[in-house]
Amino acid sequence: MFQIEFDESAAPEKIIGIDLGTTNSLVAWMNLTKPQVIAGSDGGRLVPSIVSIDHEGGITVGSAARAELIDHPERSIYSVKRLMGRGVADVQDELKLFPFRIAADSESVIRVQLGDKTYTPPEISAMILSQLRRNAETALHCKVTKAVITVPAYFNDAQRQATRDAGRLAGLEVLRLVNEPTAAALAYGLDKRREGVVAVYDLGGGTFDVSILRLHEGIFEVLATNGDTHLGGDDIDNRLLRIALEDIQSEWGEDLSTSGQAVQTLRQAVIRAKEELSFELETVIELDWQGKSYRRQLTREALENLIRDIVERTLGPCRDCIRDAGVTPEQIDEVVLVGGSTRIPLVRSAVEVLFRARPHTDLNPDEVVALGAAVQAGILSGAVENQLLLDVTPLSLGIEIYGGVVSKLIHRNSTIPASAAETFTSAVEGQTNVLIHVLQGEREMAKDCRSLARFDLKGIPPMAAGMARIEVKFLIDANGILNVTARDGRTGIEQSVEVKPSYGLTDEQVEAMIESSIDNAEEDFKAAQVAGARVEAEAILTATEKAKLSDAYKELTDEERRQIMVAMNRLKLAYHSDNHHLIQRHVELLNEATRQLAENIMNTAVSGALTGTHI
Amino acid sequence: MRYFFLVVTDYFAAFEIPRHLAIDTKDLERRYYALSRTLHPDLFARRSEAERENAQAAMAILNDARRTLSDPVARALYVLKQEGFDIAEQGTRDVPPELLEEVFDLNIALDEVADGDSDAATQVMAARSRFEIMCSEIDAALTTQFAVWDASQLHADLQEIRALLNRRKYVTNLIQRATQATEHVSD
Repeated sequence: MFQIEFDESAAPEKIIGIDLGTTNSLVAWMNLTKPQVIAGSDGGRLVPSIVSIDHEGGITVGSAARAELIDHPERSIYSVKRLMGRGVADVQDELKLFPFRIAADSESVIRVQLGDKTYTPPEISAMILSQLRRNAETALHCKVTKAVITVPAYFNDAQRQATRDAGRLAGLEVLRLVNEPTAAALAYGLDKRREGVVAVYDLGGGTFDVSILRLHEGIFEVLATNGDTHLGGDDIDNRLLRIALEDIQSEWGEDLSTSGQAVQTLRQAVIRAKEELSFELETVIELDWQGKSYRRQLTREALENLIRDIVERTLGPCRDCIRDAGVTPEQIDEVVLVGGSTRIPLVRSAVEVLFRARPHTDLNPDEVVALGAAVQAGILSGAVENQLLLDVTPLSLGIEIYGGVVSKLIHRNSTIPASAAETFTSAVEGQTNVLIHVLQGEREMAKDCRSLARFDLKGIPPMAAGMARIEVKFLIDANGILNVTARDGRTGIEQSVEVKPSYGLTDEQVEAMIESSIDNAEEDFKAAQVAGARVEAEAILTATEKAKLSDAYKELTDEERRQIMVAMNRLKLAYHSDNHHLIQRHVELLNEATRQLAENIMNTAVSGALTGTHI
Repeated sequence: MRYFFLVVTDYFAAFEIPRHLAIDTKDLERRYYALSRTLHPDLFARRSEAERENAQAAMAILNDARRTLSDPVARALYVLKQEGFDIAEQGTRDVPPELLEEVFDLNIALDEVADGDSDAATQVMAARSRFEIMCSEIDAALTTQFAVWDASQLHADLQEIRALLNRRKYVTNLIQRATQATEHVSD
């Protein structure tokens, strides 16, 4: 006993690293000295980021949900990462291309309709995270409560907060959000190269990031980062899908785009064709639908012409990143490719031309981010020593000043944590509050930047205009998330700041969701117990009905038969209650009442066996 | 060490280097990495919340200090502010008359570029080259003045530095405008 407790307290709690991707998600951990991806019970290392919810509220995640996506598109969702931390107005373009059903009651936080219920993107992402957590718990044989989760480097504050909320909803304490390209560099640096300048080109399912890092004696310092949070393999799929739909319409005279099932089947067909063209020079897009069949030849060259502009959209951010990092392409020692879309030969050649270096492809581009997250988890747990990550904030942070102009407080590519202090004063006599609007972005006007939050500095002592001094400190933490504190410059007294996020859930909303999910879990548990008791009841009722036809039943006394009838009727009544204790008790009572009957049957069976007859 | 950091208000003191305008940036880099290895919040992930917050705040100060001191202009502005100079935007003050004439010509050329005159674009690019030369001359002058103040530490010697910085700011704005205008043309 003592030994067990000692072992538990001595072993540091395992922290998992999660790559929460647009298309696929993975979980990894630090196995002694090497990061390792954890497979699910089906053996798959990549968990497709697909969620499906059935009529009873049962959740299916991953490969199993892929089939549901075709059979029940109205209850299933993929690429939910595209909606994280965004408002309804932001996603209008996405709605043309993705079958997201945005609920009418969506406000600053989107709600997605799945079946007859609505969910926020963090809740849906939490379902994926929960699945990954369970996979890790099964593989590691211990409870997991702490995680490092990766996010696109170019994610803004609201998108990062939404990811952290998803972690909390999944029962995970998110110790750190790490930028995906930085995580990749960490895995790569630990494995391959320890010194030099490395560029990471990360083209995922829905996001594009580029980061340039300097690796020096175990310090991984990000020099600059850039990207586009709405550019990825999904865009290529959507383009192929649209062409195939048009093709089919002119061939069959039928518009398949209104059928969710047909669109999902065709989407998977074009994705298969796209992936094949990374290895073959030509392939066929195939669809068999309601007795009709569609076949379209596609060459690699044709695909390249179709997607050239998408690939080129990644090059501008790369050039800006090189400039901001203060390096020349010649000074970049190596380029690391991350994300499934970097398997496309056109992407590889574009990267090679721009960086004047052959891209590194030794590491699996699907897994390298999760492995890096596990390394960062190891740094935080103490398992990995002498390695340190110095990351940057991708976007400038500022506040709105007179005329709707943004005054920048923390510039993009500043190493985080980074802070800035600003002193605010009253503009008119007796003014007791100041409204502050915080923004993120590079543009000069507030209307062109991303609104992060508004807060009201209250409790300014009423005095002459310009006399009050409130010092506000803006801190971007190591997760890239903004923290605001304020104090009275004259008294030094800390002021409370209630920051209202422009997009995203408040702490209270997240807490409420966690509570309701605990309630639901209890309800789910109770429902399972009732269902179990009913199965038992059915079994004994069926067995008794059958036994009533046997000779053994006839041998019972009238009183014994009467008691069996009473117990059966009572159990039938209890059967429909929601109280599993009640059902179980009546199962036991019927069991009791049929004891003699069961004995008689046993005896008959034995004597029957002895005389060679069967009952 | 970390608690000491929280009360440090001088960036030079944070790195334990003399308060000079001309500094060895390689040495600054080494000190920054060494301090990062002792202060970074990642190293305190298993400690109490208070310790984690202290590490976060200390690292933020260290990062801000390094960012400021590694850039000569930001470093000089930091010292000017410490010495009581008002470093807010200066407008056209301290800009010599010959530059005003250049600016006048540039504005005309910029207007013509906006109207699609390709000859004017060549003029703008030529002006930009002149401003770039001017900027490097200012930088050379700043290097000299940095050494002067480092030796004297006299408030009066900062006046010249301030004037140079204002002029530099003005010239870099011009370069930026010229660059934007010609980029627009090449699109």
